[in-house]
Amino acid sequence: MIAALQSLHLTELGYLTLLAATPLTLAALGGLMCERSGVVNIALEGIMLTGAFVGYAAALATHNLWLGVLAAMLAGMAIAALHAALSISLLVDQIVSGTVINILAVGITGVYYRTYIQESSAVGPGILPTWHIPLLDRLPFLGQIFFQGQAITWAMLLLIVVVHVVLFHTVWGLRTRACGEHPLAADTVGINVYLVRYVNVIASGALAGLGGAYFSLQEIGNFLPNITGGRGFIALAAMIFGRWTPVGSFLASLLFAGADAVGARIQGFHNIPYQFLGMLPYVLTIVVVAGAMGRSIAPAAVGRPYKKQ
Amino acid sequence: MDLAIEWGQVHALLGENGAGKTTLMNVAYGLVRPDSGTILVDGNPVVIHGPQDAIRLGIGMVHQHFMLIPPLTVAENVILGHETVTAGGFVDQRAAEREVRDLSQRYGLEVDPRARIEGLPVGIQQRVEILKSLYRGARILILDEPTAVLTPQEVIGLFGILRNLAGEGSAIVFITHKLGEVMEVADTITVMRRGKVEATTRPTETNPAGLARLMVGRPVLLRVDKAPARPQRPVLELEKLVVHDDRHRVAVDGVALSVHAGEIVGIAGVEGNGQNELAEAIAGLRPDRGGRVLLDGQDVTRATTRHVLHGGLGFIPADRHRMGLVLEHSVSDNLVLSTFDRAPFAQWIIRRFEAVLEYAQRLIQQFDIRAESPSQPAGSLSGGNQQKVVAARELGRQPRALLASQPTRGLDVGSIEFIHRQIVDQRDAGLAVLLISSELDEILSLADRVAVMYRGRIVAILEGDAIDRERIGLLMAGAA
Amino acid sequence: MTWRRLFRPAAVALAAQPILSIVCGFLVAGLAVLASGADPIQAFSALFQGAFTNPRAFTETIIATLPYIFLGLAVALGFKAGLFNIGAEGQFYLGAVFGVFIGSSLHGVPAILHIPLALLAGMLGGFLWAAIPGIIKARTGAHEVIITIMLNYVAFQLTDFLINNRGPLADKTSSAPRTPFIQHAAQLPILIPGTRLHAGLFLALAAIPVVWFLLSRTTVGFQIRTVGMNATAARAAGISVGWTLVITMGISGALAGLAGADEVLGVSHFMPPSFSIGYGFDSIAVALLAKSNPWAILPAAFLFGAMRNGATFMQLQTQVSADLISIVQATVIIFIAAPAIIRWIFRLRHTPAAPVQLAKTDGGATI
Repeated sequence: MIAALQSLHLTELGYLTLLAATPLTLAALGGLMCERSGVVNIALEGIMLTGAFVGYAAALATHNLWLGVLAAMLAGMAIAALHAALSISLLVDQIVSGTVINILAVGITGVYYRTYIQESSAVGPGILPTWHIPLLDRLPFLGQIFFQGQAITWAMLLLIVVVHVVLFHTVWGLRTRACGEHPLAADTVGINVYLVRYVNVIASGALAGLGGAYFSLQEIGNFLPNITGGRGFIALAAMIFGRWTPVGSFLASLLFAGADAVGARIQGFHNIPYQFLGMLPYVLTIVVVAGAMGRSIAPAAVGRPYKKQ
Repeated sequence: MDLAIEWGQVHALLGENGAGKTTLMNVAYGLVRPDSGTILVDGNPVVIHGPQDAIRLGIGMVHQHFMLIPPLTVAENVILGHETVTAGGFVDQRAAEREVRDLSQRYGLEVDPRARIEGLPVGIQQRVEILKSLYRGARILILDEPTAVLTPQEVIGLFGILRNLAGEGSAIVFITHKLGEVMEVADTITVMRRGKVEATTRPTETNPAGLARLMVGRPVLLRVDKAPARPQRPVLELEKLVVHDDRHRVAVDGVALSVHAGEIVGIAGVEGNGQNELAEAIAGLRPDRGGRVLLDGQDVTRATTRHVLHGGLGFIPADRHRMGLVLEHSVSDNLVLSTFDRAPFAQWIIRRFEAVLEYAQRLIQQFDIRAESPSQPAGSLSGGNQQKVVAARELGRQPRALLASQPTRGLDVGSIEFIHRQIVDQRDAGLAVLLISSELDEILSLADRVAVMYRGRIVAILEGDAIDRERIGLLMAGAA
Repeated sequence: MTWRRLFRPAAVALAAQPILSIVCGFLVAGLAVLASGADPIQAFSALFQGAFTNPRAFTETIIATLPYIFLGLAVALGFKAGLFNIGAEGQFYLGAVFGVFIGSSLHGVPAILHIPLALLAGMLGGFLWAAIPGIIKARTGAHEVIITIMLNYVAFQLTDFLINNRGPLADKTSSAPRTPFIQHAAQLPILIPGTRLHAGLFLALAAIPVVWFLLSRTTVGFQIRTVGMNATAARAAGISVGWTLVITMGISGALAGLAGADEVLGVSHFMPPSFSIGYGFDSIAVALLAKSNPWAILPAAFLFGAMRNGATFMQLQTQVSADLISIVQATVIIFIAAPAIIRWIFRLRHTPAAPVQLAKTDGGATI
């Protein structure tokens, strides 16, 4: 048993889990800002994909990874703005709008990948450097997991705190939550529900775009079609499982990413096929949504377009 | 429309549903635009475009349906939109809680600022609504049917608070339909009826009977000629029925009633006293929490709607757009909405359109439904004809009992007369009719026996000469 | 339906919106191609060639159309009841798995029995996979969108498990991960020798009138449509809304499963682990374009099939990626779902038809 645990190389496992959880958490943070204000966002996958692509393309063109990260966030915001315009102003069903974004993202990244990246013979911009916090990174176990890492993962850890504080301790967060629970009540006290929702949706684009940048600029330093591989939907599951809170989403992401990583290791010891561990996030989400929990903890007015009286 | 509210007074606005009280106050709060007239605050004419203007003028409104956000705390709800902030846009939780505590103590509205709305009893939630207005500096406070959701003890508490506020110089407008309360708490009373002010008086100058007369007025119309009823065996029986509403509170509190073949029993009462829940429970749309419903001797308490409908109940729901009709379906499809899968309208799962059409044409003629063609969508008909479709559908099935809820709401006089005629004719043919209506005139002209419903209970069942307009008005308003 | 009625203004206006949406879709895609430095005319003509004029292109287009017909019908049926069946992809997979299983494991059964059995198995697989979200929705009210999306991924993992390497359905004799080939008797016969066009064509063409008949002539269809229009009134008239939702999802899933079995039995004759290229999501676009009308599914599916087929050729010929058709699809959906945009662009008169209510998220979506 001990040998089995040891061979799991816990520290390395922890580090990899944290890395894998980075895009999930970032997208989930974006998703929850959006949904807390009352707009369903199943387009996280598409936004991440767009972010990954634009980030890489920009980094390639300018040979500057940081500009790439910035570009990824801006691209995420732009495409999220489309989702906002469709669902908030044009009153398109939010699920349809989200689906459209996903399809569009595949299309755009696919077409431009071909012309700008695949054919390009330019040397890649590399990946984000790994930073170390001196002294702290010598700590056993924790040190190697939390105190060394690349920028996007650091950003994620910071953003968990930021989103939490914004959502639960600022005026903006209070108004956002009001719009997601009871937009009519918010309207009667003078809050501009449309504006709040627009801003939150676009902010979610920035976060998800950053999550997409993880794939192309932090993980592999390249872009491949469908690089996000459904992670946007796992992020959605993490958000739900984490009860629409930043910390909860983070923990859920760790759980899902960890199950994946552990599964790959365990393969050698037990015969639980790794695919069943891969199903875990999805099955858990179904259980959460189907159970009474799912219905009572989502923001009450999510999914319904708001029309000013 | 003339109304004057004075500082330091509790002014009650009394009237039945639809009298116009809420609409009038919605104008004051900026939720509705007036077509003509002026609003003066402290003698100065003002224009109110929306709630923000009203709030700035010091007008606050406590709605009948609270505008509170359940998962947020009391303090958060109170300050929403006018948040107390520290530098950087952070909500100053402690300052907010302190202010809420101060306000609540000053006015005697005890609340815990940190409690979440969703866990609070309704009476306390109402205090939060009031605090919201006070926090924004309201000196004129409008309360719309505030006691509708309170227990008698909570009502006493509320009156104390209102008197406090008035004592401090605020002006209170209290919209209600309940006579007893008005006599107890108001300094001035204005009675409204059908959009007009009937009278303005003081409790010292009037009495409940007089107020009731002003509220329900003289009968204007629609006396249906009907022969005296000849009731036979009971068809629909309610035994100690208990039903909960959507918030899990008791809406129907032990109702016992029996409706015989060949009679019309009318349930009079102001809307919101449990009538909707009662109707839905009988129709199987709402689970009963106690008691029994018997249809022709059969216990249908736990039966499905389908079972009840096919067991001999006709149901005309109160909201014909939401529950009565499918507006996109054709008239003929609506006419077979509950029978489309039975012979002769279907053979196994194949629908027989000729049979449906023939049936529809017959009903259209019988009920004088003005439609260009039976395949017209029901949504394109006028309100009166739409309701005729619902009535035709239910009566056409030849039920043994009919449950009709607000059957002529919003209809023109001609349609009203027609439907009333139909109901009486069917009664004479042996139908048992349970009529629920908030239109007292309708009850008075149709019902053979009148039951008055107040706060989920039948407070009286009157028949014959005992059916007296004023008496019923008093019972409806909770007095007498 | 007389020809004169076809050209009446109302009918024209009704068809105008989808057609204009498609035109705009191609325009936007053309702009996108231009922005990538390639020649849109060249790209579109390659697309056309690949879809229609190349040798055997036409039959390949038809083959690509078939799954879209079944899946489009499945999604459209869901819409009629107010349900958003995004799980068509997963149900497609399950149908293929069940179909392949029956197709490969029964020996010595004559074709006349084997084919229907395998197809029915496929329908069963899809039915079961769709019934799960249906039952959950009926019992708890939980929204079917998130559950069906999750089940899609479960389906992918499940089939990967079944087919990959040592999985129970894997062909042990093959080096590449896949199921064994189906028995010869289970294969759908080829209609035109020298092509891959298989008898699934008849099935697909038959499915359309069957679904139309179900919706417009049967009591079940009436129930489904009524619940989709006004579930409250349906309930008050005695219709069991929960049951209706389950049945609708079930039939929808069965259609999607049939698509899967049809593909396996007719085209590939085995199942590889990465089976579909997003047919499920595309079929949402098909259903939207056809406005959930079974007859209109045929041209809509044909359009998508043609685009899908032509795109591979276009990718070979020009530098433009096959994903271009996704841009067309997305734009078409935007214009269909937000008719205000088209009206504003073309100054169309406002047709007072029912607003585009595709799926009613009654009570708020729990996502």
